[in-house]
Amino acid sequence: MNEILSGLLQAGQMILTLDPDLIEISLRSLQVTLSAVFVASLIGLPLGCWLAVRRFRFRRIVIAMLNALMGLPPVVVGLIVYILLSRSGPFGVFGLLFTPTAMIIAQVVILTPLIASISHQAIRDLWAEYHDLLISLNTTRRQRILTLLWDGRRALLTASLAGFGRGIGEVGAIMIVGGNIDHATRVLTTAISLETGKGNFALALALGFVLIGLAVAVNLVIHMLSRTEVSGRW
Amino acid sequence: MVGSILPLQVENAVVRRRGKVLLGPVNTQVATEGLSIVMGPNGAGKTTLLRMLHGMERLARGGRLTWQVPEPQARAAQAFVFQAPIMMRRSALDNVAYPLIVHGVARAQARARAAEWLARVGLSDSADKRATVLSGGERQKMALARALIRDPQILFLDEPCANLDGQATREFEEILRGAHAGGTRIVMSTHDVGQARRLAEDIWFIHHGCILETTPADQFFENPKSKEARAFLKGDIVE
Repeated sequence: MNEILSGLLQAGQMILTLDPDLIEISLRSLQVTLSAVFVASLIGLPLGCWLAVRRFRFRRIVIAMLNALMGLPPVVVGLIVYILLSRSGPFGVFGLLFTPTAMIIAQVVILTPLIASISHQAIRDLWAEYHDLLISLNTTRRQRILTLLWDGRRALLTASLAGFGRGIGEVGAIMIVGGNIDHATRVLTTAISLETGKGNFALALALGFVLIGLAVAVNLVIHMLSRTEVSGRW
Repeated sequence: MVGSILPLQVENAVVRRRGKVLLGPVNTQVATEGLSIVMGPNGAGKTTLLRMLHGMERLARGGRLTWQVPEPQARAAQAFVFQAPIMMRRSALDNVAYPLIVHGVARAQARARAAEWLARVGLSDSADKRATVLSGGERQKMALARALIRDPQILFLDEPCANLDGQATREFEEILRGAHAGGTRIVMSTHDVGQARRLAEDIWFIHHGCILETTPADQFFENPKSKEARAFLKGDIVE
């Protein structure tokens, strides 16, 4: 119990004194995960929508795969991205390994199926509702997808936020491809892992509380900006 | 502007679902003008008939719909009002403007036209309300405005007043008469005999997926040709 309490105290102290290291790794955490969520949303939201609207032969299998990939083990993703980006790998020339970019790539791989899958489920219901109208109005497939994305934006926001939740707390993949290098690729989760390993529980806990606070704060800010739960229910 | 898409020639139209024949074979002609009411007992295929004419049902082999103009133009000149109006998660104004916007009208112009239409159906006050909070009658009037905004040559309505009270029904019929007077061909289904008497110029009586008769309205209510229609008008259960 003592450790948790002192962790809380230390977290408060670090935040109040604007500890430069803390701020640096927190910002990097945000930068990596927000970038990854952004890219994964750009891919995942239209993909989920497209899967809901389009009927094709292997649709069911693709959707089942997507749902299965939601549980993709981050460590394995990290390992594969590591191999691809390493000097001897196909993308080695770009020298991306152990950079925040590599961490973003790994997280995009983890988050895209999650975001696509959740948005597919939300859009599928909306499509069932809109189907007859959009068919009757002779809309093109592109227009249908854009309409569904726009009218389903609240549900899609939830999909992106779920992605953010998974990304911000993720440690396995970014540890492998980022390497937890101080002042280069260290983020909150990898720092917690390191400090715990060193037996530095109070500091690890302090970082943990900052991480939780960050996740809650981002969710709240986005909800406020998008005015969910304020004006009606769509 | 495209030429008249009507008359529509329907040949041998059969709609099957999972091996069961829902409709047909239908052989008929939809004339250029008029206000036709589709009547028939529940499950007779009224909805399927309207959807088939609108091109929303896949026809079995051998069936054909022939409009007077190529298919894409014919599709663009039709509109459909569903029994349960589909409320897009937008304001009433944006709902009505939507058909114009997806067909290339500039947003501002589309919204101005939508505002005119909302005024015509008496919904000006609700323009900025979310469509999902409108009442049943308001929803159906909004759906009608949305269907009419592109000046369709033919308008299909599937029991649009099934869930409306008297006041809302009267207002709805008023707008419909206005559209008809403006030259829109109307094909509407209803199981409300009173509404059919008020509106119809001719009646299509449909039973077990087949059109049993198409008769001018006054003649139909006086003396229907088919015994099923007689039984239906008498209020018997038609099996």
